[in-house]
Order: sequence, then C-alpha cells, then structure tokens
Amino acid sequence: MTEVVDASGIAPGEVLVDARGVKVHFPIKSGLLIDRTVGHVYAVDGMDLTIRRGETYGLVGESGCGKSTFGRALLQLEELTEGSVTLGGVDLATLKGEDLRRQRRHMQMVFQDPLGSLDPRQTVEQLLLEGMQAHGLASDKKGARDRLVELLDAVGLPASALSKYPHEFSGGQRQRVGIARALSVDPELIVADEPVSALDVSVQAQVINLLQDLQEEFGLTYLVIAHDLAVVRHISDRIGVMYLGALVEEAEADDLYAMPLHPYTRALLSAIPVPDPVVEDTRERILLSGDLPSPANPPSGCRFHTRCPWAQQTRCSTERPALRQVTIEGLPGSHRVACHFAEGIASGEIQRHAVEAVLTEPTEAPEPAPHAVPGTTLLPED
Amino acid sequence: MSTPLLEVDDLSVRFTRQGQEPFTAVDKVTFNVAPGEVVGLVGESGCGKSVTSLAIMRLLARRGNQVTGSVRFAGTELLTLPDAAMRDKRGAELAMIFQDPLSSLNPVVPIGVQVSEVITRHRGENRAVAARQAAEMLDKVGIPDPTRRLKEYPHQLSGGMRQRALIAMALACEPRLLIADEPTTALDVTIQAQILALLTDLVEQSGTALIMITHDLGVVAGLCDGVNVLYGGRIVERAKRHPLFAEPRHPYTGGLLGSIPRLDGDRDARLFPIRGSVADNIPWDHACAFAPRCHQEGEKCRTVAPDLLPDEEARTDGGLRLLRCHYPLTAADRQRIEEGRA
Repeated sequence: MTEVVDASGIAPGEVLVDARGVKVHFPIKSGLLIDRTVGHVYAVDGMDLTIRRGETYGLVGESGCGKSTFGRALLQLEELTEGSVTLGGVDLATLKGEDLRRQRRHMQMVFQDPLGSLDPRQTVEQLLLEGMQAHGLASDKKGARDRLVELLDAVGLPASALSKYPHEFSGGQRQRVGIARALSVDPELIVADEPVSALDVSVQAQVINLLQDLQEEFGLTYLVIAHDLAVVRHISDRIGVMYLGALVEEAEADDLYAMPLHPYTRALLSAIPVPDPVVEDTRERILLSGDLPSPANPPSGCRFHTRCPWAQQTRCSTERPALRQVTIEGLPGSHRVACHFAEGIASGEIQRHAVEAVLTEPTEAPEPAPHAVPGTTLLPED
Repeated sequence: MSTPLLEVDDLSVRFTRQGQEPFTAVDKVTFNVAPGEVVGLVGESGCGKSVTSLAIMRLLARRGNQVTGSVRFAGTELLTLPDAAMRDKRGAELAMIFQDPLSSLNPVVPIGVQVSEVITRHRGENRAVAARQAAEMLDKVGIPDPTRRLKEYPHQLSGGMRQRALIAMALACEPRLLIADEPTTALDVTIQAQILALLTDLVEQSGTALIMITHDLGVVAGLCDGVNVLYGGRIVERAKRHPLFAEPRHPYTGGLLGSIPRLDGDRDARLFPIRGSVADNIPWDHACAFAPRCHQEGEKCRTVAPDLLPDEEARTDGGLRLLRCHYPLTAADRQRIEEGRA
C-alpha cells in the first residue's frame, strides 16, 4: 500500500481526527396524527476536516452555520446522515452501544454555558468522579481522590472546591470545573464549544490561558468552536471558516489573517472590531447585506452567492465550489478555499459590487443562542 | 465647549430590597454629553453601566431603588420631573435601545403598530400618517420591503432585523439623545458591523447624541468620542478614545486591554488577564474596590479610597482626562506588561 497524503498535505500518522463528507440533516416534521417529513434543515452539509495530533483546530462561523452541530456530530452526539468520522484510526460512525461508550473516554467536550452543563445537585467531587467511574478509572478510592485534587490543581482551583456545588462558584470557576471534568478521563481530543463566550472579558483571558497551558501539559488536541475570530485566531494553529453547513476556507491561523481568500472570510475579518482607535479609523469595512439564508432552504450553487460582493454571473449560482488549493504566489499549500474565483479576487481582477439585501425568514429550528451575553445585567456574574 | 445636552451629576443608585443588604450599584457617577457627541460607558457585568442608563431614563422601579443626585437634560431636571412630563420626553427627546431585541418588542403586536405608536403618541399624527412614517423609518434603517414588514410580528424577523426595528422605533421622533445599551451584543459580528454602521450614520445625520453602553472595547474604539470606564459602580477612568487606548492609566483599563486577543496582534503573545472576578470586589468606603484584582496594588489601596482626579501626566489630546487610582500605570509598567506577554 502506498502512503496516502490527503488534500491538506497531512500524513496519516499525524492525524487524530478525520471527518469525511459529514452531513447532518434534521427532518422538519409536520402533521397532527402522522408525522410527515416536509423538509430538512441542512445543518452540516458536506464537511471534510482533519485534525492533527496535538494541534488546536479552530472552527469559526456565525450562528446557524452548523459549527456546533458539526462538533457534536464529531463526538457522535448527533447521528450522521452521511459520512464518516475516525478518531485515532477507529471509525466512530459504525460503532454502537458499549463499543462507542468506551471510545468516549478519548473524546470529551467543554460546553458554552458552564452553569447549564453542570448538574446543580452534584458536588464537584461527584461531577468529576462520574466520568472516571464510568470508564473504570476510579476503582482505587485513595488514588481517585489524589487524581481529583491533581485535576483541580491543574485547572487552578483549590482542593476545597471538591465539596462545593456549582452555584457556589463564579462563571469563570465553573468553566474551570467543566474543563476539569473533560480532563478527568484523560482524553486525547477535547471539543470546546464556545468555551469563553459566556464569560466576562477579563475572565475569558484566564480561561484561554488555562486551555493553552493544559494543552502543553497533557498534549491535548483541541477542536475549538467559536464565533469570535479574534479568540480563535489567538489559540488555534489552523482555522476553518464555516458558512451554511460547510467549510469555505481553511488555513494556518496567521495565513488566514494575512491573506483571506474567500469573500466571506474577508467580510468576517473586516467586521471584527479591533480595540485600537488608530486601526479602527483607517480600516476598510466590507459590510454584508442581509442575513444568513435559512439552512432549510440553502441557496443553489455557492451558498454565499446571495450575499457575496464579488459574485459573478456565471458558475456562482449554479455550481457548488469545492474546497481546493489555489496557486497564488506566496500562498502555502495548506491554504484551501471554496470559491470559483479566488484567484481573480485576490489579484484584484474581479472587483466588489453592491448587493441588494434579500429577505430571509428566520429558521424554523433555530440553533441555540450563539453567545450568551456578558456584561449587561446588574446581577453579579451569573 | 458647547453647553452639554445631558449633565449627570453625582448620580447614585442604591438597591434597598427587603431581606437583603443595601447595595450601591451606581456610586456618584458624573458625566456630560454634548449635542451630537458619542459617549461610551464601558465595563464588565455588575459595573453599573446599565443601571446608570436606566436611572437616566427613569426606568427603575421606585420601590427598592434609591436614586439620588441629578440628571439634567437640556436644563430640565429629570429625576424630579412629574411622571406624565417624563413620559412626554421619553421616546420623543430621549430614547433607548436595549440589548435583546426580542424581549424588548411586544411579541403579539405587529412591528408597524409598535413603530407608529411612538409617532402617534408624541407627534399626534393620525394612524395613516403614522403608518406611512413608520414605513419610511423602517426603510431608513435598512429593512427591505418595509410596507410588508409593518404587518409582521417580531418572531418573523431575524435578530438583526429586530434590532433595526428597535432602532427605527427609537429614532422615529428624532430624539436629541439616544442611549444604546449593548445594542449589538446578541448579534453576529457581520450583523454587528451593519448595525454599528447604521447607528453612526443615523446619529451623524440627525445630530443625535449617543450614549453607548458596552463591554466590548473594540466597539468603543471605533465609535466613541469620549470613554468612561466603570468599575464597581464608579467611573475609574475617563478620556478621549485615542489617548485612552494609547495610554491606559488605570490598571483596570490596562487589564481589559491586555485580556482581549487582537485580530492584528502577535499570536504568540500570551494574554495578560486580570486575576479573580468581580466577586472579589471590596467596598469603596476606605479602599479601592479593584485592589484585590490589581497588579499594581500598593499600601494605600486598601486604606484610602482614591478620588476621581484630573490626570495630566498622560496624553489628553485636549480633552478632560480623569483617573481614580493611587498608583496609575506608567509607560514603564505598560512596557513591563508587553514584555510579560511576549
């Protein structure tokens, strides 16, 4: 057999997670007595994604783009409609029941809402032990206790936290408990879904630093899902940008910022405010018109063509672009983009034009709120 | 400087709820807003920024809230104004936009009725005229097909469109002051950019003064003329935006700036967070509330409450610069933080 190097140029030995052609479609049901399926929400619609061992892969996109659903599908928390996911060579999509449950030890999740994801009636000790017991890691009582103290220490909490309940902590501390729980079974992959968006700015930084320290200490692999490109760029090695259920661009973190190729990535980058008035006063904003189209009824061809300021008469509305490498000078091979006209746009051959906003109906089955909102209530931090 | 449109003087809000310790949410906050000026109130949860705005609009329940100090709008004292006179001003001369557009719109009343209600109430127009003006307003805030949208209910609009409808309502009577309380926090970044661009355009066109309340320093950097940083209910630093971001003097301001990853920053630089959380605050009585979280803490911090004083040792760009700190950040401190991050 010959060594196969896939499109992103990663040798198989380095790969921890390999997702191929992942699709997750949710049926839209209607009818009183008989549930008829009247359509589908195409939440994830053809995602290919490879994550190397020990790297941090950042997945960004706006609410409704399917990034959370993809993260859940990767962990088999959502049934795949199509496609395969392998973790360390094991095909997860074919596993069921006990076999799948055993695999869960290797893949853990950190959730957005630290209060909602911790059982309010369990102490931190019970919270952390549950997973360890389920995987037979807590047979020795003394050893388990030492391990718990070690875990808390790793996430920066005192040992006295063990006997406390989630409500006794601040938001940042709760997120630390959530991270400790994910670490308790010694996983290889951690999927962090908006791990800091519910936290105050100063606390966000603490948790980001913690995630980086833990990665170094335990050699973890992260998939960080977030809407905040500045946060994602800061912690990720590679970044994938999602729009309506599929990747539109993938690159090393620095390359993506230095040379965004996809029109959507450009708009997204230009929309993020920079805390520096000098930069803010001079930068160019690419304002997108209208809202994200409904994933139940995605546009034909390129999903972005209805809002794209660079959209062309040909191909864009008829042919769906695949993620491909483009040959542009100074562009590394790891940079891939799903746009028919990426070269022309990069060289300035194709110019921006005005786009008429199209009415969009809000999606029937909305995803959970993209970011719980910090900083507005008078209640202390929760 | 022209005469201020809004003068907030020693405004304090004290929560006195039964069975709870009294809590001072806003503590002697003083600031002015000139006509057409954009003023930012920045801080994290619990710093009192939203309560300040609610107190200015007189939207706090009388029961359980003690509001003292003075809020003068174009010379009129608002805090002692009779309720009926305040209702005449609210919506007509001062308006507000809230964070969550879905819960600030009435879910069972069509958008058009909600927008035209403001016009009939304050302008005394009949319904047909008001509906036409409402449609013009929706068009102005960038809602496509406004006449159709007038008949729709809030749930039929997307988040960005709802926020636009709310802006249309707020600006329908061309108020002289608009208070925007985290207007884009619940929205996606590309939508946030649309809404901010819209707000700045409208405010510029009509000469409306804007108070922008936010936790996002990025939003402030692009928008505000003057910035007030709040912590624990008090203003800890005030400056024009350029000098504030170039030379933050209060350790809290510096800490906030060090906490956010910058899109154009060095990726290898570590974030320099503020330690602890708001829960660690100590009362302002004989100390600085920020002391337990401060990297600059000195001997006076826990014994003497610092006053808000003019600060002339840093760049001011011709504006008034105020600071509440015993041991402000110096150029050397900022240098040290930079090096610590690298």
